[in-house]
Amino acid sequence: MAPSGSFLWSRRIFLTLLTGFVLIPVYVMVSSSLKPLADVTGKFRWLPSGLTFRPYIDIWSTVPLAKYFMNSLIVAGAATICSVVVAVFAAYAVSRYDFRGKRVFTVTVLSTQMFPGILFLLPLFLIYVNIGNATGIALFGSRGGLILTYLTFSLPFSIWMLIGYFDSVPRELDEAALVDGCGPLGALLRIVVPAAIPGIVAVAVYAFMTAWGEVLFASVMTNDTTRTLAVGLQGYSTLYDVYWNQIMAASLVVSVPVVAGFLLLQRYLVAGLTAGAVK
Amino acid sequence: MTTTALKEPVRETSPGAAREPHRRTGRIRRLSLPYLLLLPALLLELLVHLVPMAIGIVMSFKELTQFYIRDWGSAPWSGVGNYKVSVDFDAPVGEALLHSFFVTVGFTLLSVGLCWLIGTAAAVFMQDTFRGRGLLRALFLVPYALPVYAAVITWVFMFQHDNGLVNHVLHDQLHLTGKPSFWLIGDNSFYALLTVSVWKGWPFAFLIVTAALQNIPHELYEAAALDGAGTWQRIRRITLPSLRPVNQVLVLVLFLWTFNDFNTPYVLFGKSAPEAADLVSVHIYQASFVTWNFGTGSAMSVLLLLFLLVVTGVYLLLTSRGRRAADA
Repeated sequence: MAPSGSFLWSRRIFLTLLTGFVLIPVYVMVSSSLKPLADVTGKFRWLPSGLTFRPYIDIWSTVPLAKYFMNSLIVAGAATICSVVVAVFAAYAVSRYDFRGKRVFTVTVLSTQMFPGILFLLPLFLIYVNIGNATGIALFGSRGGLILTYLTFSLPFSIWMLIGYFDSVPRELDEAALVDGCGPLGALLRIVVPAAIPGIVAVAVYAFMTAWGEVLFASVMTNDTTRTLAVGLQGYSTLYDVYWNQIMAASLVVSVPVVAGFLLLQRYLVAGLTAGAVK
Repeated sequence: MTTTALKEPVRETSPGAAREPHRRTGRIRRLSLPYLLLLPALLLELLVHLVPMAIGIVMSFKELTQFYIRDWGSAPWSGVGNYKVSVDFDAPVGEALLHSFFVTVGFTLLSVGLCWLIGTAAAVFMQDTFRGRGLLRALFLVPYALPVYAAVITWVFMFQHDNGLVNHVLHDQLHLTGKPSFWLIGDNSFYALLTVSVWKGWPFAFLIVTAALQNIPHELYEAAALDGAGTWQRIRRITLPSLRPVNQVLVLVLFLWTFNDFNTPYVLFGKSAPEAADLVSVHIYQASFVTWNFGTGSAMSVLLLLFLLVVTGVYLLLTSRGRRAADA
């Protein structure tokens, strides 16, 4: 069943072009981050006139990048953990139980995916301010408010994917656990969750990326101390001199953790998608 | 959780229940358990999505300018005034919205089409193992994994008029253009936005289709090969038809994400996009947060949501009907 010659040639040409398309921006990011400032303000050049690591040192002082980094890490990390826990419970309920309102629940949750973010940006902002005034819990401008917001962004997709994944775990396994004296939560934690680890990892990766990359809510709902990378990175380009080499260095620094994590876990993502979303 | 279940009054409906109260409470617990498990998800969706949406709808009927933002409840009612302004296509506000809507539809159709095409082609070409496939797959996922702002800022740099790669290649190296073009303002901005959107979006299609291809039983291909089908025929007769159900979901998800995308145009162009690339989400953001007319902004958002609801409804109806026809 060897592929035909025309197929092999088409494959070679297509994949070469596509690799170029994908890699050129990555190359620009990496090479520009190592260029002296004169190289990035003048005409573009493919090769740097001299290599320098200066941008990697300067990025931390031009804007408080370390602080933004910590904020992003806290917000995205907390949003991911909460989102995964909430999604696991909800997906378990939908996958294992028949109850009134099940269809309404799944349809409602999934359709929130459809909402344009701009529709609830202002109302949410007002709700957070009002909750703050009424209870003293600072949601607006705090990391907590952003965590709360972000964890719902990935929730619908996570629940949807985990339902599919839990469905693929044989019911007999957790029924056996129930017979052996486990409670329903015991069965979930001891049987279903371990069997669905690839799906859960996939969902966690997705949730983390969603939170790490969000711009709109981050720019409205943060202040000087809670600013995340999404907003902080704009600090390099509003100055009189645009330090493109520093922008590229900073972009690379904030990308490395997510890209590395994603590539390490991508096998889980494909496995998770196979069982969860693709059915 | 247990205590609330135990507090339920135990009505003696059958002698069995009286004799074994444990079974009774067990059943109540079992009945309420799914709701308890759903409760966190439900509360969060209510707080962050559903209640704000309801408030947004109320706001769209109010004359909500910056003067009332501290106490939005006291803003005067304007009835359908905001909607009238939004759909009055002869006046500036409505005309701009209509223009932005058409730009968004055109942009979304092109972007989704290209993402789907490139993603599917890449997945199909990479279905069989060959040397370097694993590396290539990892590379292809990089645009998807990169945070939006980092990736889009790199494109902004590449599209710079004086020191960007795009003009350097098109003008200095290939001599295709008479003089360096502007990419982030003017008519070219549409293509700049499209390029970035496709670059960022196609790996998702690739990922989903790759996952779907793993579910096609190998025997199908072997049987087709025995019957004398060539590589291209096998792709056309087996691979592509097997992808149909996945494609329906994939295209819908891509459509909704692209149509609502705010991050890409916002990082590419800033608070106000050039006319040729004025996507609805940024347009509404500008109407609300730059010109401070939150009532009109809310009305526009509601119109957008209604449009998406209708499109999604029609799409789901058509595809499920198509599926039924295919099954029959």
